[in-house]
Amino acid sequence: MDKVRKFVWFPTPYHSVLLWLVWQILHDFSRGHMVLGAIFAIVIPWIVAPLSEESAVAKKPIKVLSYTFRLLIDIAVSNYDVAKRVLQSNRNLKPAFIAVPLDIKEPVPLTIFTSSVSLTPGTVSVELSEDRKWLYVHVLHLEDEQALIELIKARYEAPLKEIFGC
Amino acid sequence: MLTYAILIACALLCCALALNAWRLIIGPSTPDRIIAVDTMYINSIALIILLGLHQGSAIYYESALLIALLGFVSTSAFCKYLLRGDIIE
Amino acid sequence: MTVFLEVVVSALLVFGAVVMLIGSIGLAKLPDYFTRLHAPTKASTLGVACILVASMIFFSIQLGHVNLKEVLISMFLLITAPVAAHMLGKAGLHYKVKMTDSTQNQHLAKKAYLQQHPEEK
Repeated sequence: MDKVRKFVWFPTPYHSVLLWLVWQILHDFSRGHMVLGAIFAIVIPWIVAPLSEESAVAKKPIKVLSYTFRLLIDIAVSNYDVAKRVLQSNRNLKPAFIAVPLDIKEPVPLTIFTSSVSLTPGTVSVELSEDRKWLYVHVLHLEDEQALIELIKARYEAPLKEIFGC
Repeated sequence: MLTYAILIACALLCCALALNAWRLIIGPSTPDRIIAVDTMYINSIALIILLGLHQGSAIYYESALLIALLGFVSTSAFCKYLLRGDIIE
Repeated sequence: MTVFLEVVVSALLVFGAVVMLIGSIGLAKLPDYFTRLHAPTKASTLGVACILVASMIFFSIQLGHVNLKEVLISMFLLITAPVAAHMLGKAGLHYKVKMTDSTQNQHLAKKAYLQQHPEEK
Protein backbone atom coordinates (compact mmCIF):
# COMPACT_ATOMS: atom_id res chain seq x y z
CA MET A 1 0.00 0.00 0.00
CA ASP A 2 3.03 2.28 0.25
CA LYS A 3 3.32 2.94 -3.45
CA VAL A 4 3.34 6.56 -4.53
CA ARG A 5 0.02 7.80 -5.87
CA LYS A 6 -0.11 8.68 -9.54
CA PHE A 7 -0.74 12.34 -10.25
CA VAL A 8 -4.36 12.87 -11.27
CA TRP A 9 -5.89 16.15 -12.38
CA PHE A 10 -9.16 15.62 -10.54
CA PRO A 11 -8.70 13.11 -7.72
CA THR A 12 -12.23 13.72 -6.43
CA PRO A 13 -14.39 15.22 -9.18
CA TYR A 14 -17.64 15.38 -7.15
CA HIS A 15 -15.94 17.27 -4.34
CA SER A 16 -14.34 19.71 -6.81
CA VAL A 17 -17.74 20.56 -8.30
CA LEU A 18 -19.29 20.89 -4.84
CA LEU A 19 -16.47 23.16 -3.63
CA TRP A 20 -16.82 25.40 -6.69
CA LEU A 21 -20.58 25.59 -6.27
CA VAL A 22 -20.42 26.45 -2.55
CA TRP A 23 -17.83 29.14 -3.27
CA GLN A 24 -20.10 30.65 -5.93
CA ILE A 25 -23.11 30.62 -3.60
CA LEU A 26 -21.07 32.39 -0.90
CA HIS A 27 -19.94 35.09 -3.34
CA ASP A 28 -23.09 35.62 -5.42
CA PHE A 29 -21.71 34.27 -8.73
CA SER A 30 -19.38 37.18 -9.51
CA ARG A 31 -16.91 36.66 -12.36
CA GLY A 32 -13.69 37.05 -10.40
CA HIS A 33 -14.84 34.54 -7.83
CA MET A 34 -15.69 32.06 -10.58
CA VAL A 35 -11.98 31.98 -11.52
CA LEU A 36 -10.79 31.97 -7.90
CA GLY A 37 -13.28 29.20 -7.06
CA ALA A 38 -12.04 27.16 -10.01
CA ILE A 39 -8.45 27.50 -8.78
CA PHE A 40 -9.46 26.36 -5.31
CA ALA A 41 -11.54 23.50 -6.71
CA ILE A 42 -8.49 22.20 -8.56
CA VAL A 43 -5.75 22.84 -5.99
CA ILE A 44 -7.44 21.82 -2.73
CA PRO A 45 -8.30 18.24 -3.90
CA TRP A 46 -4.59 17.75 -4.85
CA ILE A 47 -3.57 18.68 -1.32
CA VAL A 48 -6.14 16.59 0.50
CA ALA A 49 -6.22 13.58 -1.88
CA PRO A 50 -3.61 11.58 0.14
CA LEU A 51 -5.79 11.94 3.24
CA SER A 52 -8.94 10.45 1.74
CA GLU A 53 -9.72 6.76 1.96
CA GLU A 54 -11.40 4.54 -0.57
CA SER A 55 -15.14 4.93 -0.18
CA ALA A 56 -18.22 3.77 -2.01
CA VAL A 57 -19.25 5.89 -4.98
CA ALA A 58 -22.83 6.23 -6.16
CA LYS A 59 -23.14 4.02 -9.23
CA LYS A 60 -26.55 5.31 -10.27
CA PRO A 61 -26.63 9.11 -9.88
CA ILE A 62 -30.16 9.42 -11.28
CA LYS A 63 -31.56 7.31 -8.45
CA VAL A 64 -29.95 9.70 -5.94
CA LEU A 65 -32.36 12.42 -7.04
CA SER A 66 -35.46 10.28 -6.55
CA TYR A 67 -34.12 9.15 -3.16
CA THR A 68 -33.55 12.77 -2.07
CA PHE A 69 -37.04 13.73 -3.23
CA ARG A 70 -38.59 10.87 -1.27
CA LEU A 71 -36.55 11.87 1.80
CA LEU A 72 -37.78 15.47 1.62
CA ILE A 73 -41.41 14.31 1.43
CA ASP A 74 -40.82 11.97 4.37
CA ILE A 75 -39.36 14.83 6.43
CA ALA A 76 -42.58 16.79 5.93
CA VAL A 77 -44.71 13.73 6.77
CA SER A 78 -42.64 13.00 9.86
CA ASN A 79 -43.04 16.56 11.09
CA TYR A 80 -46.80 16.26 10.81
CA ASP A 81 -46.70 12.88 12.55
CA VAL A 82 -44.54 14.07 15.46
CA ALA A 83 -46.49 17.32 15.82
CA LYS A 84 -49.73 15.35 16.10
CA ARG A 85 -48.29 13.05 18.77
CA VAL A 86 -46.77 15.95 20.71
CA LEU A 87 -49.96 18.00 20.80
CA GLN A 88 -52.19 15.05 21.72
CA SER A 89 -52.20 13.59 25.19
CA ASN A 90 -48.93 11.78 25.86
CA ARG A 91 -50.65 9.31 28.23
CA ASN A 92 -51.17 6.53 25.66
CA LEU A 93 -47.85 6.88 23.86
CA LYS A 94 -46.15 3.53 23.23
CA PRO A 95 -42.42 4.18 22.78
CA ALA A 96 -40.17 1.21 22.00
CA PHE A 97 -36.73 0.07 20.98
CA ILE A 98 -36.31 -2.10 17.90
CA ALA A 99 -33.27 -3.77 16.35
CA VAL A 100 -33.07 -3.57 12.56
CA PRO A 101 -30.83 -6.16 10.88
CA LEU A 102 -28.54 -4.51 8.32
CA ASP A 103 -27.43 -5.67 4.88
CA ILE A 104 -25.20 -2.70 4.05
CA LYS A 105 -21.67 -2.73 5.39
CA GLU A 106 -19.83 0.17 3.70
CA PRO A 107 -19.51 3.34 5.82
CA VAL A 108 -20.96 5.90 3.39
CA PRO A 109 -24.27 4.15 2.57
CA LEU A 110 -24.59 3.19 6.23
CA THR A 111 -24.25 6.82 7.31
CA ILE A 112 -26.89 7.90 4.79
CA PHE A 113 -29.17 5.07 5.95
CA THR A 114 -28.93 5.92 9.66
CA SER A 115 -29.45 9.63 8.92
CA SER A 116 -32.52 8.84 6.80
CA VAL A 117 -33.95 6.72 9.60
CA SER A 118 -33.45 9.61 12.03
CA LEU A 119 -35.23 12.09 9.78
CA THR A 120 -38.27 9.96 8.99
CA PRO A 121 -41.59 9.43 10.80
CA GLY A 122 -41.28 8.56 14.46
CA THR A 123 -37.87 6.89 14.44
CA VAL A 124 -34.42 7.93 15.69
CA SER A 125 -31.38 5.70 15.20
CA VAL A 126 -29.68 5.36 18.56
CA GLU A 127 -26.83 2.89 18.33
CA LEU A 128 -25.00 0.76 15.79
CA SER A 129 -23.54 -2.57 16.87
CA GLU A 130 -19.78 -2.84 16.49
CA ASP A 131 -19.92 -5.54 13.81
CA ARG A 132 -22.34 -3.34 11.78
CA LYS A 133 -25.02 -6.00 11.76
CA TRP A 134 -27.72 -4.31 13.85
CA LEU A 135 -29.08 -0.82 14.04
CA TYR A 136 -30.92 0.02 17.24
CA VAL A 137 -33.80 2.40 16.62
CA HIS A 138 -36.04 4.22 19.09
CA VAL A 139 -39.65 4.51 17.95
CA LEU A 140 -41.99 7.17 19.31
CA HIS A 141 -45.16 5.13 18.90
CA LEU A 142 -44.91 1.45 17.96
CA GLU A 143 -47.89 -0.53 16.68
CA ASP A 144 -46.39 -3.46 14.77
CA GLU A 145 -42.69 -4.19 15.20
CA GLN A 146 -42.16 -6.58 12.26
CA ALA A 147 -44.08 -4.38 9.80
CA LEU A 148 -42.00 -1.32 10.77
CA ILE A 149 -38.69 -3.16 10.33
CA GLU A 150 -39.78 -4.34 6.89
CA LEU A 151 -40.98 -0.84 5.95
CA ILE A 152 -37.63 0.71 6.93
CA LYS A 153 -35.70 -1.94 5.00
CA ALA A 154 -37.84 -1.67 1.87
CA ARG A 155 -38.14 2.11 1.84
CA TYR A 156 -34.58 3.19 2.58
CA GLU A 157 -32.19 0.27 2.56
CA ALA A 158 -33.20 -1.28 -0.76
CA PRO A 159 -32.79 1.96 -2.82
CA LEU A 160 -29.42 2.64 -1.16
CA LYS A 161 -28.27 -0.87 -1.98
CA GLU A 162 -29.27 -0.24 -5.58
CA ILE A 163 -27.57 3.18 -5.72
CA PHE A 164 -24.26 2.05 -4.28
CA GLY A 165 -24.38 -1.41 -5.82
CA CYS A 166 -23.49 -3.40 -2.70
CA MET B 1 -48.12 42.59 6.49
CA LEU B 2 -44.55 41.34 6.44
CA THR B 3 -43.77 43.43 9.53
CA TYR B 4 -46.59 41.75 11.47
CA ALA B 5 -45.55 38.30 10.24
CA ILE B 6 -41.99 38.94 11.46
CA LEU B 7 -43.28 40.11 14.85
CA ILE B 8 -45.56 37.06 15.23
CA ALA B 9 -42.74 34.70 14.25
CA CYS B 10 -40.41 36.45 16.74
CA ALA B 11 -42.98 36.02 19.53
CA LEU B 12 -43.44 32.31 18.73
CA LEU B 13 -39.68 31.73 18.66
CA CYS B 14 -39.26 33.54 21.98
CA CYS B 15 -41.87 31.21 23.50
CA ALA B 16 -39.92 28.28 22.06
CA LEU B 17 -36.68 29.61 23.59
CA ALA B 18 -38.40 30.05 26.96
CA LEU B 19 -39.61 26.42 26.86
CA ASN B 20 -36.05 25.30 26.01
CA ALA B 21 -34.67 27.32 28.90
CA TRP B 22 -37.22 25.70 31.19
CA ARG B 23 -36.06 22.24 30.08
CA LEU B 24 -32.45 23.38 30.53
CA ILE B 25 -33.17 24.32 34.16
CA ILE B 26 -35.32 21.38 35.25
CA GLY B 27 -33.88 18.69 32.88
CA PRO B 28 -33.60 15.62 35.12
CA SER B 29 -30.37 14.36 33.53
CA THR B 30 -27.33 15.83 31.79
CA PRO B 31 -28.26 14.54 28.26
CA ASP B 32 -31.63 16.32 28.60
CA ARG B 33 -29.80 19.58 29.15
CA ILE B 34 -27.64 18.94 26.08
CA ILE B 35 -30.74 18.50 23.90
CA ALA B 36 -32.12 21.75 25.31
CA VAL B 37 -28.91 23.62 24.45
CA ASP B 38 -28.86 22.10 20.95
CA THR B 39 -32.45 23.19 20.30
CA MET B 40 -31.67 26.65 21.64
CA TYR B 41 -28.87 26.98 19.08
CA ILE B 42 -31.21 26.18 16.22
CA ASN B 43 -33.94 28.50 17.51
CA SER B 44 -31.45 31.33 17.83
CA ILE B 45 -30.36 30.80 14.20
CA ALA B 46 -33.98 31.37 13.17
CA LEU B 47 -34.23 34.40 15.47
CA ILE B 48 -31.11 35.99 13.97
CA ILE B 49 -32.43 35.44 10.43
CA LEU B 50 -35.66 37.15 11.53
CA LEU B 51 -33.65 40.07 12.91
CA GLY B 52 -31.96 40.39 9.51
CA LEU B 53 -35.34 40.40 7.78
CA HIS B 54 -36.66 43.00 10.21
CA GLN B 55 -33.75 45.36 9.60
CA GLY B 56 -33.60 44.55 5.90
CA SER B 57 -29.88 43.79 5.88
CA ALA B 58 -28.28 40.57 4.63
CA ILE B 59 -25.30 40.97 6.96
CA TYR B 60 -26.71 38.70 9.69
CA TYR B 61 -26.34 35.67 7.43
CA GLU B 62 -22.71 35.10 8.46
CA SER B 63 -23.51 35.02 12.17
CA ALA B 64 -26.30 32.51 11.55
CA LEU B 65 -23.87 30.28 9.64
CA LEU B 66 -21.32 30.54 12.46
CA ILE B 67 -23.90 29.62 15.10
CA ALA B 68 -24.94 26.61 13.01
CA LEU B 69 -21.34 25.40 12.74
CA LEU B 70 -20.41 26.00 16.38
CA GLY B 71 -23.72 24.55 17.62
CA PHE B 72 -23.06 21.21 15.94
CA VAL B 73 -19.43 21.09 17.08
CA SER B 74 -20.33 21.88 20.69
CA THR B 75 -23.17 19.34 20.77
CA SER B 76 -20.86 16.60 19.54
CA ALA B 77 -18.17 17.70 22.02
CA PHE B 78 -20.68 17.47 24.90
CA CYS B 79 -21.78 14.00 23.74
CA LYS B 80 -18.18 12.86 23.38
CA TYR B 81 -17.52 14.06 26.90
CA LEU B 82 -20.46 12.05 28.25
CA LEU B 83 -19.46 8.96 26.26
CA ARG B 84 -15.75 8.90 27.07
CA GLY B 85 -15.20 11.32 29.92
CA ASP B 86 -12.79 13.14 27.65
CA ILE B 87 -13.09 15.24 24.49
CA ILE B 88 -9.72 14.79 22.79
CA GLU B 89 -8.50 11.21 22.93
CA MET C 1 -42.29 43.51 -3.72
CA THR C 2 -45.53 42.14 -5.09
CA VAL C 3 -48.39 41.28 -2.79
CA PHE C 4 -48.25 37.62 -3.73
CA LEU C 5 -44.59 37.23 -2.75
CA GLU C 6 -45.18 39.14 0.46
CA VAL C 7 -47.95 36.70 1.38
CA VAL C 8 -45.70 33.73 0.56
CA VAL C 9 -42.81 35.09 2.66
CA SER C 10 -45.10 35.89 5.62
CA ALA C 11 -46.77 32.48 5.48
CA LEU C 12 -43.41 30.70 5.38
CA LEU C 13 -42.12 32.72 8.33
CA VAL C 14 -45.15 32.04 10.53
CA PHE C 15 -45.33 28.37 9.51
CA GLY C 16 -41.64 27.84 10.27
CA ALA C 17 -41.96 29.52 13.65
CA VAL C 18 -45.02 27.40 14.51
CA VAL C 19 -43.16 24.20 13.59
CA MET C 20 -40.20 25.18 15.77
CA LEU C 21 -42.53 26.07 18.64
CA ILE C 22 -44.14 22.61 18.36
CA GLY C 23 -40.67 21.05 18.52
CA SER C 24 -39.91 23.00 21.69
CA ILE C 25 -43.28 22.10 23.22
CA GLY C 26 -42.39 18.48 22.55
CA LEU C 27 -39.04 18.97 24.26
CA ALA C 28 -40.76 20.39 27.32
CA LYS C 29 -43.76 18.05 27.43
CA LEU C 30 -42.80 14.51 26.36
CA PRO C 31 -42.29 12.02 29.19
CA ASP C 32 -38.74 10.65 28.91
CA TYR C 33 -35.33 11.30 27.37
CA PHE C 34 -35.61 9.18 24.24
CA THR C 35 -39.05 10.50 23.29
CA ARG C 36 -37.77 14.03 23.87
CA LEU C 37 -35.05 13.31 21.30
CA HIS C 38 -37.69 13.00 18.57
CA ALA C 39 -39.35 16.40 18.60
CA PRO C 40 -36.42 18.85 18.23
CA THR C 41 -34.55 16.74 15.64
CA LYS C 42 -37.39 16.75 13.16
CA ALA C 43 -39.06 20.05 13.91
CA SER C 44 -35.87 22.08 13.83
CA THR C 45 -34.92 20.84 10.35
CA LEU C 46 -38.22 21.78 8.71
CA GLY C 47 -38.80 24.96 10.76
CA VAL C 48 -35.40 26.49 10.06
CA ALA C 49 -35.64 25.45 6.40
CA CYS C 50 -38.95 27.33 6.02
CA ILE C 51 -37.59 30.49 7.66
CA LEU C 52 -34.43 30.33 5.54
CA VAL C 53 -36.42 29.93 2.31
CA ALA C 54 -38.48 32.99 3.28
CA SER C 55 -35.30 34.97 3.93
CA MET C 56 -33.87 33.78 0.60
CA ILE C 57 -36.90 35.02 -1.35
CA PHE C 58 -36.92 38.35 0.51
CA PHE C 59 -33.25 39.14 -0.09
CA SER C 60 -33.30 37.91 -3.70
CA ILE C 61 -35.93 40.57 -4.39
CA GLN C 62 -34.38 43.25 -2.23
CA LEU C 63 -30.82 42.88 -3.57
CA GLY C 64 -32.00 42.40 -7.14
CA HIS C 65 -30.02 39.23 -7.86
CA VAL C 66 -30.29 35.54 -7.00
CA ASN C 67 -29.28 34.94 -3.40
CA LEU C 68 -28.79 31.28 -2.48
CA LYS C 69 -26.64 31.67 0.63
CA GLU C 70 -29.35 30.43 2.99
CA VAL C 71 -29.42 27.07 1.20
CA LEU C 72 -26.01 26.39 2.71
CA ILE C 73 -27.31 26.72 6.28
CA SER C 74 -30.31 24.51 5.63
CA MET C 75 -28.17 21.85 3.91
CA PHE C 76 -25.75 21.96 6.83
CA LEU C 77 -28.56 21.53 9.35
CA LEU C 78 -30.13 18.75 7.26
CA ILE C 79 -26.84 16.84 7.38
CA THR C 80 -25.90 17.52 11.00
CA ALA C 81 -29.27 17.19 12.76
CA PRO C 82 -29.48 13.37 12.44
CA VAL C 83 -25.80 12.98 13.34
CA ALA C 84 -26.28 15.06 16.48
CA ALA C 85 -29.42 13.05 17.33
CA HIS C 86 -27.50 9.79 16.92
CA MET C 87 -24.72 11.00 19.22
CA LEU C 88 -27.25 12.23 21.78
CA GLY C 89 -29.02 8.86 21.70
CA LYS C 90 -25.72 7.07 22.19
CA ALA C 91 -24.86 9.34 25.11
CA GLY C 92 -28.31 8.63 26.61
CA LEU C 93 -27.78 4.86 26.36
CA HIS C 94 -24.34 5.20 27.92
CA TYR C 95 -25.68 7.37 30.71
CA LYS C 96 -28.50 4.83 31.38
CA VAL C 97 -31.18 7.48 31.32
CA LYS C 98 -34.46 6.51 32.96
CA MET C 99 -37.20 5.43 30.52
CA THR C 100 -40.95 5.55 31.02
CA ASP C 101 -42.43 2.26 32.13
CA SER C 102 -44.53 1.94 28.98
CA THR C 103 -41.40 1.58 26.80
CA GLN C 104 -41.41 -1.77 25.00
CA ASN C 105 -38.27 -3.87 24.47
CA GLN C 106 -36.30 -2.22 27.25
CA HIS C 107 -33.83 -5.13 27.16
CA LEU C 108 -32.65 -3.95 23.71
CA ALA C 109 -31.34 -0.72 25.20
CA LYS C 110 -29.17 -2.68 27.59
CA LYS C 111 -27.98 -4.99 24.81
CA ALA C 112 -27.14 -2.05 22.55
CA TYR C 113 -25.06 -0.55 25.31
CA LEU C 114 -23.26 -3.83 26.10
CA GLN C 115 -22.83 -4.64 22.36
CA GLN C 116 -24.54 -8.02 22.71
CA HIS C 117 -26.44 -9.82 19.98
CA PRO C 118 -30.07 -8.63 20.21
CA GLU C 119 -31.64 -12.09 19.88
CA GLU C 120 -29.59 -14.09 22.39
CA LYS C 121 -30.71 -14.33 25.99
